[in-house]
Amino acid sequence: MSPLQLCLVLSSLLFCVGLAGALARSNTILVLLGIELMLNAANLNFIAFWRYGPQPAAGLGVIFVLFAIAVAAAEAAVGLALVIAIHRHRKTVRLQDSTALKG
Amino acid sequence: MTLAVQHLWLIPALPLAAAAVGALAPRSGRTLAAGAAIGAMAGSFILACLALAGALADPAAHQVFNFAWFDLGFGALRLGFLLDPLTAFMCVMVAFVSLLIFIFSTGYMKEDANYKQFFCFLSLFAAAMLGLVVANSLLLLFVCWELVGLASYLLIGFWFHKPSAAAAAKKAFITTRIGDLGFLLGLLWLQDNQGTLLFYDGGAGFLEAAALANLSHLLPCGLAVSTAIGLLIFCGAVGKSGQFPLHVWLPDAMEGPTPVSALIHAATMVAAGVFLIARVYPLMTADQALANVPVHALTVVAFIGAFTALLGALIAVAQNDIKRILAFSTVSQLGYMMLALGVGSWVAAIFHLLTHAFFKALLFLGAGSVIHAAHHEQDIRALGGLSKKMKVTYLTFALGTMALVGVPLLFSGFWSKEAILHAAHGWRVSHLPFYAAVLGVVLTAFYNTRLMAETFFGSPRSENAAHARENGPAMTLPLVILAACAVLLSLVNLPSYPWLAAKLLGEQEVRGHPIFEGAGLMGLSVVLVALGVGLGWALYGRSLRANSAAKDPLAVRAPGVIAALANRLGFDELYAATVGRLNAALATLADVLDRFVWGGAVDFLAALGQFTGLVTRETDERTLNGGFDTTSDKLRGAGQAYSQAQTGEAHGYLRTLALGFVILLLLVVLGGAR
Amino acid sequence: MSPWPLLSTLVFTPWIGALLVFVLRRRAPDSVVRGLTVLISLSTLALGACALAHFDPAVTGMQLVEQHAWISALNVRYHLGLDGLSLVLVLLTGIISPVALFGTLRGVRCPAVYGALFLLLQGSALGVFVALDFFPWFVFWELSLVPAFFLMKLWGGPGAGRAAYQFVIYTIGGSAFMLLGFAALYTAAGTFDFVELAALARDGSLAAKLGGPGAFWPQAVFLGVLLGLAVKVPLFPFHTWLPPAYAEAPVGASMFLTGVMSKMGVYGFLRILWPIFPAPLQAAATPLLWLALGGVVLGAFAAMKQADLKRMVAYSSVNHLSYCLLALFAVAAAGRTNPAASAAALSGTILQLFNHGLSAAALFYCVGVLEQRSNGRRGLGDFGGVRSAAPFFAGFCGLALFSSLGLPGLNGFVGEFLIFRGVFGLAPWAASVATLGLLATAIFLLTFWQRVFHGPAAGAGVNFRDLDAGELVTLLPLIVLMFVLGLYPQLLAGLINPLVTAWAGSLP
Repeated sequence: MSPLQLCLVLSSLLFCVGLAGALARSNTILVLLGIELMLNAANLNFIAFWRYGPQPAAGLGVIFVLFAIAVAAAEAAVGLALVIAIHRHRKTVRLQDSTALKG
Repeated sequence: MTLAVQHLWLIPALPLAAAAVGALAPRSGRTLAAGAAIGAMAGSFILACLALAGALADPAAHQVFNFAWFDLGFGALRLGFLLDPLTAFMCVMVAFVSLLIFIFSTGYMKEDANYKQFFCFLSLFAAAMLGLVVANSLLLLFVCWELVGLASYLLIGFWFHKPSAAAAAKKAFITTRIGDLGFLLGLLWLQDNQGTLLFYDGGAGFLEAAALANLSHLLPCGLAVSTAIGLLIFCGAVGKSGQFPLHVWLPDAMEGPTPVSALIHAATMVAAGVFLIARVYPLMTADQALANVPVHALTVVAFIGAFTALLGALIAVAQNDIKRILAFSTVSQLGYMMLALGVGSWVAAIFHLLTHAFFKALLFLGAGSVIHAAHHEQDIRALGGLSKKMKVTYLTFALGTMALVGVPLLFSGFWSKEAILHAAHGWRVSHLPFYAAVLGVVLTAFYNTRLMAETFFGSPRSENAAHARENGPAMTLPLVILAACAVLLSLVNLPSYPWLAAKLLGEQEVRGHPIFEGAGLMGLSVVLVALGVGLGWALYGRSLRANSAAKDPLAVRAPGVIAALANRLGFDELYAATVGRLNAALATLADVLDRFVWGGAVDFLAALGQFTGLVTRETDERTLNGGFDTTSDKLRGAGQAYSQAQTGEAHGYLRTLALGFVILLLLVVLGGAR
Repeated sequence: MSPWPLLSTLVFTPWIGALLVFVLRRRAPDSVVRGLTVLISLSTLALGACALAHFDPAVTGMQLVEQHAWISALNVRYHLGLDGLSLVLVLLTGIISPVALFGTLRGVRCPAVYGALFLLLQGSALGVFVALDFFPWFVFWELSLVPAFFLMKLWGGPGAGRAAYQFVIYTIGGSAFMLLGFAALYTAAGTFDFVELAALARDGSLAAKLGGPGAFWPQAVFLGVLLGLAVKVPLFPFHTWLPPAYAEAPVGASMFLTGVMSKMGVYGFLRILWPIFPAPLQAAATPLLWLALGGVVLGAFAAMKQADLKRMVAYSSVNHLSYCLLALFAVAAAGRTNPAASAAALSGTILQLFNHGLSAAALFYCVGVLEQRSNGRRGLGDFGGVRSAAPFFAGFCGLALFSSLGLPGLNGFVGEFLIFRGVFGLAPWAASVATLGLLATAIFLLTFWQRVFHGPAAGAGVNFRDLDAGELVTLLPLIVLMFVLGLYPQLLAGLINPLVTAWAGSLP
């Protein structure tokens, strides 16, 4: 197996772990954690494709990943703020209880 | 001292002012109103006498005073006053007779609640008549003519709470107005043709030679223009003077108080028609020189006059109401006047008009005196025996009757009637009118004998007649004065000294002719009068009626004729069946046209509009709106169904996401495999 | 400095007054509002008198002219002016409106709203009489319908709704054709100004611009304008809206409708149709003469059949206005053959407008008094013997009746005589037939008088109350004017004589 393939398998595993966490857990914070894991799996793919791609010299992949991490951080902050606000109102962080946005 | 023509307007103005006083006076101002009316009338009489003096100074002259009334496009509409012997004599007569009637009314109307109003209307009536007489413009004459109609309307309907009086007033107004429309058309024609309606205007008036010459050309129908205009004007005279066929209003006008009847029948209203024709006589005779015309205006006048004279006398024979007998005698006498005008002797007509005014006023006031004394009993069958109870009334009434009948020599009516018969006898066109007039003389003598015998002789035939007493001096004094005039007036126009005729014709010299000229005719008429009186006396005087229910001796002999005459020969019924029906049919036609044809067309258009609206609305609602509604309903349903998927459960979304991802992956993998 | 805009003041004072009255309706007591309304309405008379003082009858053109650009893209101008005809009608409005308001304001619901609507109506009518550009003229013409509609519908009798709709829709229907006609004129001539259009018509270039003489288009334009005016006057047989409208309207509105608004149509004939379409009018005049004759005769005969007094008086209005049209069409048909008769007919028309306004308004008011005393009954058979109980009322009503049937000495005679004088000179057969109308008028008016006032007291005539002071004051000016104008018509004839002489002299 080449290093690239190894990296891809790792990121797939990481993604699956994140997905399972996001789907299985009912605590919103843990769901957010799962989502972060999935994001980081994607980031790992970026890095891998960059490092083993045709132009490893240009810093393109790192910039992508840094952007994604910054955006994810902002997202996490917003998500956590939302969770806190919901908790303040509803006294719960169970994701199943927050269904007000249904059609 | 004379009255200048510039001040002639004062004569009608005085009674007009009295009418205004009467109208504005409070309801309690009875004496004020009556005093004003009588005072004004006396003033008018004095002024009229002064005017007469002025006119007689130069009888041939037509003194005029013309003035502009208002602008009529190019030029102004001019009116004016005229003073000549005709005007002056008429003024004196109207003022004098009216004055006596006014005085009589103070007694006759004493108990009436609307006393004040009565004098107001009387003054208006006299003012209008005097205005008519002094007018020097056919338009001013027409204006006063209509005012005479108004005043007569108000007075005939004076006891307006009686439906019959109200109906009679309306009938009088409408009937005379029918004639007036002809008059109006004649007047318009003249104005259009001549550009003036002044009688005399220093050579430019339409009665003067220059203007009359313009009127001699022929119309397409063969008549001369002057004939047509003359006949149209004569229509007005037919209406006002109660000539056949518009005589029907005159007997009904008896519904008014008796002084009103006296005024209408003697001095005012009916005299107006005769006066009008006499006034426009130059116009009426303008066509005499033309030989090739089918008819002359005066020929029509003569025949209508003669027929009316006979008709009135005939109907009078079968009437029982004292006022109605007198009314039909007026119709008949007016016929004589028209006859005189028609046969060319307008002077005789005016002479008869003047004498008739006095003795007819006398007769009506006498009848009023009888009616007032007999508690408003007017049926001669229920009167009787009044000669002993009412000496003054009886004697004066007898004098009046004799004047009307034409008892020879002493009475004015004899001379004036004689003049008419003489003129009719000498008429070259036809002798028929003369024979009608002769027959009328017999009938007149006959019905007047009956009237006298039934009213005054024998014994009273009712309670009312039995309790009759002579009236006070306010009523008897005018009777005496009028009776004196009825006798003495013959002196102004005796054949041997025809002063009146000379003055009217504008001659300074009075040239009489010997009394025996025409004595044969005079003898004939004496015989006729004797015959009539004798017949009447034989039927009614010798064996007096026993009671009010006894049969009329004439009705026993010829019941059908008398019944027809008593019914006034059915003219009222005839008119009701023809003119009245036509009128009603036209009214119905106009109404039906309006309601159903024009109104129907409008309704149809409206209905069409509404129908179109309905159709477009239905199209909109069903087709267009329906389509849009269904589409949007479906869209909404789709949206709703779609939104069911959105549960709000984040896990559900994630699961779907994951599923989608897996499917995508599978597709990629499988696609990649291919 | 430009002179004070007298005509604008004349037209807009009632409108501003209407606003004022409407605003004050809750804030001031009713009596103040009523007095104010009448005062504002009287302003027209005062300003009309001012106009009279500045007016020179010898000048036949427009006087006191105000002219400003308004919508320059369409060449629309705000153009007001006055000649003898307008002045006579302005004065008539100035007399009828305050009298009608004074006479009826006491008895109506919501006097302030009523008064405000009435003042609006008055202003619109005045605008019609002085506007010289089609655009403002048409605005006034149509605006007059709005207050009339509401007055009729809100204060009218039981059938008022239908009558008001019919009145407004019928009139607007006619006006629509007129508007189309003027649109065509504008396209051809590029102006809406009456004076300019008349000048174009005189030198013949208008017909040429519209497509030449004998072409279809000028005829169609003429017919459109004719239709609009014919409905308004109304010309027989477009008159069927009138009897129900006049009968169902409240008395004050009936007075104004017959006294002033019915004159707007005849005014339109004289101001628009006559000068702008001389040739088509002359061509169509003989059939139109027949129609006018139909109005004269059948209007009068139809009146005879009416049991409702208001409808009867309404039909008499049809009859009287048809005399005006009769004269107009006779003159148009005859052309220059008999200028003296034409001048007489035209002055008769204008005098008749004024005189009919007076007598018809007085008659409607008298019927209103009858109606008010008898709980709204106004049938011919509902009364009897009123004269015994109410001699003053009987006298005044009788004067109005006799004025209406043309008794000499009262105003009605003068106009009718002049019309007959003129028509006889131009179309003798028409004058002869029209005398039937005179006769029928006498019959139905005397029937009215006889049935209501004569005979024994019956129906609502029992214990009839005589006129009170207010009613007396209402009728008195009208009655006095009837006498004054009947005896001295020069007052009016002097204002219009040079004008009609000029018209008669410039006939085609």
